[in-house]
Amino acid sequence: MVTTTPLEAELLRIAGSVPDPELPVLTLHELGVLRAVHLRGTDAVEVELTPTYTGCPAIEAMSLDIERALREHGMREVTVRTVLSPAWSTDDITDEGRHKLQRFGIAPPRAHRPAGPVPVALGPVRTRSPEPEEPPAQPPVRCPHCGSADTELLSRFSSTACKALRRCLACREPFDHFKEL
Amino acid sequence: MTAPVDTTAAAALALGDDALVLSHRLGEWAGHAPVLEEEVALANIALDLLGQARTLLSMAGDEDELAYLREERSFRNVQLVEQPNGDFAHTIARQLYFSVYQQLLYSGLATGDGPFAPLAAKAVKEVAYHRDHAEQWTLRLGDGTDLSHERMQRACDALWRYTGEMFQPVDGLDADWAAMETAWLEGVGDVLRRATLTVPEGPRTGAWSAGAGRQGLHTEPFGRMLAEMQHLHRSHPGASW
Repeated sequence: MVTTTPLEAELLRIAGSVPDPELPVLTLHELGVLRAVHLRGTDAVEVELTPTYTGCPAIEAMSLDIERALREHGMREVTVRTVLSPAWSTDDITDEGRHKLQRFGIAPPRAHRPAGPVPVALGPVRTRSPEPEEPPAQPPVRCPHCGSADTELLSRFSSTACKALRRCLACREPFDHFKEL
Repeated sequence: MTAPVDTTAAAALALGDDALVLSHRLGEWAGHAPVLEEEVALANIALDLLGQARTLLSMAGDEDELAYLREERSFRNVQLVEQPNGDFAHTIARQLYFSVYQQLLYSGLATGDGPFAPLAAKAVKEVAYHRDHAEQWTLRLGDGTDLSHERMQRACDALWRYTGEMFQPVDGLDADWAAMETAWLEGVGDVLRRATLTVPEGPRTGAWSAGAGRQGLHTEPFGRMLAEMQHLHRSHPGASW
């Protein structure tokens, strides 16, 4: 049985309030990447952090920021350990995090489907004889600017691996969509 | 219990080298991709693969030493991933063949409790997007213009002989290789047929095919790729900025 001391809870809150280096509107807590904080003695602490994507380059900046924040709160030794399991999912982003993404102009990820292959959705691409391949019922990705549900996929990969590039067909603005993982 | 650890390290090296080498090949498109969206997509896929490679190579030793200081004969990647980018169709065919394989392999490894389960469970979700990307382009090019169809078919044919090697069993990986190969042939065949392409007929194993990358034998273009990948690290040992 793992118990959390009041100090650990406080340190978790402090580490969780560190902003994400690439999406500074979100904290690490809201992004859902902070797994646990364990005290190792009176002023040594171990933090468990999970990457959004395996190759996410932000993980090193996150570790440094967490170290600095916890040192400022009296911790002498801060070790940030990267854990892969259980794998991070966009479902780990908090509701507040989703609202902040939306206000920042990024369409938040939709709630997750059961595990399985990603359906082939051709988006704006049409082939001569497309197979009728209906994706499972998923709400549409809404434009974060005007709210329209009439949007199209431009690229499965956008400025970072975790986002897809879409365009709103109502207001014509391109926007990023934090894609489901 | 030393043998299982060594077997795990050897298997990690094989999978890590696959990811590292393909990541580097995709990275070569930076600045050359046909459209900006593809530039970004290929770089993002390369980044996912690089993340896998870092985790896997760290299971086998020091990631930097393994990536930058090994000779060609010490790499254990399959020959498919080292094949040059060729035209865009070749890159897509290579990506289709590899990501279907990788998704099958990682799906299996993710369900066990072996040493590769945590990485596989994480990476398989990313690979689903890689596969989707490759499938979409295969459909688009195969079922596109006469020229795109012809070039996509040529690419699929050219790389076909490198695909049997992926299903040679790797010690230390708990996988049903024969079942994976059957599923791969079905999955790839389905995409090719929907793309109005012909499933290639040439040999995938045996004397006229590739298949010694796991033993350290590589094709001619690999040496040049390694030279470019490693030269900075070798020319300036210990450099930092």
